[in-house]
Amino acid sequence: MWSFGALLGNPGFFSSGPVQTALIVGACAALVSAVIGVFSVWRGNAFAGHALADVSSAGGAVSFLLGISPLLGFLGMAWIAAFSMEFLGIRIGRERDLTTGIVLGAGLGLSALFLYLDVTTTSTTGAAVSVMFGSLFAIPQSLITPALAASGSVFLLVGLFYRPMMLAAVDPDLAAVRGVSLRWVGLLQLLALGLAVAVCALAIGAVLATALLIGPAGAAIRLSRRPGQAILWAMVIGLTAVWGGIWMAYASYYWFSGNAWPVSFFVVALVFLFYLAAVLFAKVAGLAAHPKPVTWPHCET
Amino acid sequence: MQDPILSVAHLSVDLGGRGILRDVSFDLHPGQLCALIGENGAGKTTLLRSLLGLTPHRAGQVWIEGVPVGQRRILVGYVPQKIVFDVDVPLRTRDLVQLGLDGHRLGLPLFSSGKKTMVDQALQMVGAEAFADQRVGELSGGQQQRAVIAHALVRQPRLLILDEPLANLDFRSANALVALLGTLARTQRIAMLVTAHDMNPLLPVMDRLIYLVGGQVATGSVEEVVQSEVLSKLYGYPVTVLRHGQRVLVLPDAAVEPSGVIAAGQVSSPEKAN
Repeated sequence: MWSFGALLGNPGFFSSGPVQTALIVGACAALVSAVIGVFSVWRGNAFAGHALADVSSAGGAVSFLLGISPLLGFLGMAWIAAFSMEFLGIRIGRERDLTTGIVLGAGLGLSALFLYLDVTTTSTTGAAVSVMFGSLFAIPQSLITPALAASGSVFLLVGLFYRPMMLAAVDPDLAAVRGVSLRWVGLLQLLALGLAVAVCALAIGAVLATALLIGPAGAAIRLSRRPGQAILWAMVIGLTAVWGGIWMAYASYYWFSGNAWPVSFFVVALVFLFYLAAVLFAKVAGLAAHPKPVTWPHCET
Repeated sequence: MQDPILSVAHLSVDLGGRGILRDVSFDLHPGQLCALIGENGAGKTTLLRSLLGLTPHRAGQVWIEGVPVGQRRILVGYVPQKIVFDVDVPLRTRDLVQLGLDGHRLGLPLFSSGKKTMVDQALQMVGAEAFADQRVGELSGGQQQRAVIAHALVRQPRLLILDEPLANLDFRSANALVALLGTLARTQRIAMLVTAHDMNPLLPVMDRLIYLVGGQVATGSVEEVVQSEVLSKLYGYPVTVLRHGQRVLVLPDAAVEPSGVIAAGQVSSPEKAN
């Protein structure tokens, strides 16, 4: 029997149900994180994005306790954390890191509590690993539709507020002078960030979600001169990393004689390699653009 | 005389319960380049922000071409003090200017040749064609200043407000910018309000001056105000206006000890002192 999976050296790859779910949910995570990530990296909000993702783990842990969809758990906690940070005053430079760190600490504390309760009060095993580090192959098929809906909402929000978000990222006052409501833009950006964090946390785990949220965007920004171009590059890099990671994890079953390595590891490793390559490429290209050091006039000896 | 572009009448602004501006009134006419001078904390930024509709005022009116401020934002262009562009921000000069045109609109930007023409015109007006396709973060301070001015000009405003545009610029860039502002005011008939700590670089092109002190303004034409006695009174500090051919220079007098007047001949050169 001839198949694409066999062509790629992975027999049964595309016909496997868990693989199909992983490919779809993984693609959602890669695409939404590209859209949101470029704005996060642009505005220097990478740490805040990371903190939101970490804190969302408490929501993931709660979902096991309540028996609700983990996507809802991640989303609820990401939104609560996002609004706490906004409420506590995220605007002032130094205070921003402080507030983010404090919310992060509180959230991870909750996470510790809920994961403990997961183990003691329910019969779930491996909740901690799946919440923190994800497992794309273990995502139930029923979560495909919610993941697609969450991703669609992110695209809708960012598509609608694309230009005001950009203008506000350049300079809040310039946006305000144009009649852009900074409060609304900030609010919608937080909603979208929460949705993106939830999808990423579901896919590769709350702790590793950062890798997808900022890695491809960080690499893409070095390769692009235009905002749209940066988002496209981030999508390409993110998708390649996620799908490549899924393929490698599946293949690793054969590489390590029946002991497949976790898919999150491969995804994050690929993201890191792409980032490294982008930095090196930008360095080489940058050197070509500024070849000569400046000398003082009349000082040549 | 033509109707004023900007008309400020009895403007009072409070910030946090403290009166920052009291009963400020002045007019600006087409083509006028007006310097807004005042010490740190005199309320320059507050005045600009209330003219832009960013800070509400307690009393008085601000009209721009007969329309209350904030109702037709297209009429005002704004160049903030210093925008920090990181080197790696994926935004070309051209994109920044285009955001001045449609940055407030919802939805994704669609290509339009009409928009491109307007962006190109704004780039040309400030002499930014050469670096139109470079990232803004890679430009020099003077080039970034031009890019932001093009951003503010692209919708063809009637009033351009610039907050400390000459800060952080070297002589050459500052003079080039001053010449550009003068040309824009004359050719486009735009009214310009420019804040500055030091009015000297602006003297060749400015034709009005507003001095802000203690929340109130003194205003006049350059001929009226740029006089040693008038400026000394305004600053509350002795100031000398030097004229050398076409050049005018405002110089604060050297700090003098109450009793110590340095007589000629008493100044020794460092070599002799050894």
